[in-house]
Amino acid sequence: MAKRTLYNKVWDAHTVTTLPTGQTQLFIGLHLIHEVTSPQAFDMLRERGLKVAYPQRTFATMDHIVPTRNQKRPFTDSEAEQMMQAIELNTKEFGVNFFDFASGRQGVVHIIGPELGLTQPGQTIACGDSHTSTHGAFGTLAFGIGTSQVRDVLATQCLAMDPMKVRRIEINGQLKSGVTPKDVALYIINRLGVKGGLGYAYEYAGEVFDRMSMEGRMTVCNMSIEGGARAGYVNPDQTTFDYLKGREYVPQGQAWESAVARWKAWASDADAEYDDVVRFDASKIEPMVTWGVTPGQSVSVLQPLPAPSTIADAGERQSLELAYQHMKLKPGQKPDEIAINVAFIGSCTNGRIEDLRAAASVVKGRHVAKGVEAFVVPGSMKVREQAMKEGLDKVFQEAGFEWRLAGCSMCLAMNPDQLKGDQISASSSNRNFIGRQGSPTGRTLLMSPAMVAAAAIAGHVVDVRTF
Amino acid sequence: MSKVVTIQGRAVPVVGDDIDTDRIIPARYLKEITFSRMGNYPFYDERFNADRSLKNHPFNKPEYQGASILLGNVNFGCGSSREHAPQALVRWGIKALVAESFAEIFAQNCVMLGTPAVIASKEDVAQLQKLAQEAPQTEFTLDLASMTVKAGSLSVPIRLADTRRKALMEGTWDSTGLLLANADKTKAVAQQLGYLS
Ligand code: SF4
Repeated sequence: MAKRTLYNKVWDAHTVTTLPTGQTQLFIGLHLIHEVTSPQAFDMLRERGLKVAYPQRTFATMDHIVPTRNQKRPFTDSEAEQMMQAIELNTKEFGVNFFDFASGRQGVVHIIGPELGLTQPGQTIACGDSHTSTHGAFGTLAFGIGTSQVRDVLATQCLAMDPMKVRRIEINGQLKSGVTPKDVALYIINRLGVKGGLGYAYEYAGEVFDRMSMEGRMTVCNMSIEGGARAGYVNPDQTTFDYLKGREYVPQGQAWESAVARWKAWASDADAEYDDVVRFDASKIEPMVTWGVTPGQSVSVLQPLPAPSTIADAGERQSLELAYQHMKLKPGQKPDEIAINVAFIGSCTNGRIEDLRAAASVVKGRHVAKGVEAFVVPGSMKVREQAMKEGLDKVFQEAGFEWRLAGCSMCLAMNPDQLKGDQISASSSNRNFIGRQGSPTGRTLLMSPAMVAAAAIAGHVVDVRTF
Repeated sequence: MSKVVTIQGRAVPVVGDDIDTDRIIPARYLKEITFSRMGNYPFYDERFNADRSLKNHPFNKPEYQGASILLGNVNFGCGSSREHAPQALVRWGIKALVAESFAEIFAQNCVMLGTPAVIASKEDVAQLQKLAQEAPQTEFTLDLASMTVKAGSLSVPIRLADTRRKALMEGTWDSTGLLLANADKTKAVAQQLGYLS
């Protein structure tokens, strides 16, 4: 059967049956859980007297709530401590794998799945977290779910799902030097809108993605959800297999060869049919920075901020006005006129080793501007270890950055890492929503890790290429 | 599980595009390990100043207390997958939502709670919101059998995926039981997948 997309193939292979409602019962190959959206689901299992159906297919870690300065137990925040105890108890009682601090493998759930080799081509992956789309970088169908669905996966390893449409986003040509995967992601969201992907899975294709590293593909797939697409994926290729080889949960020896053979079959057929196709020219993409309160409210670092009066749609115009009000910025301002108070490098979007290397190469031999609070939060214990092996911690510390422990940190600020008052941050994370970084009046500018590094040094937004 | 067919009550307009789940419930309230108190927190930072004094938000207005139907606009519930968001709305008293569009995870979370999240056209949503603003005491009736919302002299068509409509109307929106019933078929599929060794 030709003409099928990777999405079609994975969906069909994991279809158990059609439910009486007409929904598909979809088998979930890998279930990832974390401390925030799982305790209620375990409680529901207890209430109903249910067990975890496939405990060996669920992996837990803690990331959202963990402090990144001092992880000594008990945590100073008693609610955080209680949440930690809940996941410790639940994983033990239900026999689920748990990567805690002692395992040396703790980290942001979307970073550890790939780095441990749990994430493999052709899987369906679910997690009670919207950035589960990250795992699509490996040619998986991966999407976020709510807590009642976490309950369903725990109890049955399945979900009741409606099919998605598939949009192929093809970017050909050569990216300009200094333009990173984060810029590509922000560019796509800017062009297609934060709701453009509703109902779709995004297939990222073309020369830009063929050449992109796995880290870069993860960054782009991660941000699919910010464009409204619940899932995003890249067809697996040699880059994928090279990344996976030798990782802890990946088959070894002869089994490796047969795994690769199996994985190759998951790619979309050359004549696959899509519900929609959009094409962009790589050479048009510049380093991007958000200025507003949705990830779509962005400009190239070279462009002035847009005037609401140029927007025809009333709803969008209102959104823009709200954004200006919250951000205390003005139309026509240039990005490099925006001074920052805080620089945050980390998160499941840009907290991987390649991101830290890129940022370190910018800050090396320089120093953070006076008055700017700058810190680096590796996405996992393993990323942290690798970075320290390469001496990146020293580079950052000598430049005036604080070097932290692994966690979600100020990406969502449900831990001690929070903006204060109307502080403005340059962040390598994924959401600039009002209040996202812990202060109701706090302000967030999203950009690539290299751009955050440059902003930290300059004290304001700046085109990293002029550095 | 209860069948969800008709929802009646007053409506509260929450105007604006791209209202994300961080705005519906700020992350600091996700630290509680149960959903039981979520009804205290919907739109918290948009309703309360730091000193707890009230801001101007429809959820604070006396005329909308006890409202059952939320009227939103485009891409309502985008962002984080936190079920805390619909939980907060439902525990505050919302039984159904009507908007121009919903973020996908949010919409699915609503169904999982037996709460219809239905789509209406831009013009129709605007009319419904206007009515709820000008005459907040108006009774709205959302009916999944006829797929309409009626209020005052208005009657507007609504949309919802057939599968979700069926799940709600037949009372099978809590899917665990349906899925469990196919445990054998599930096992067969699992065995065919090469990666579950
Ligand atoms: S790093 Fe941010 S986006 Fe990623 S899982 Fe953590 S909180 Fe969510």
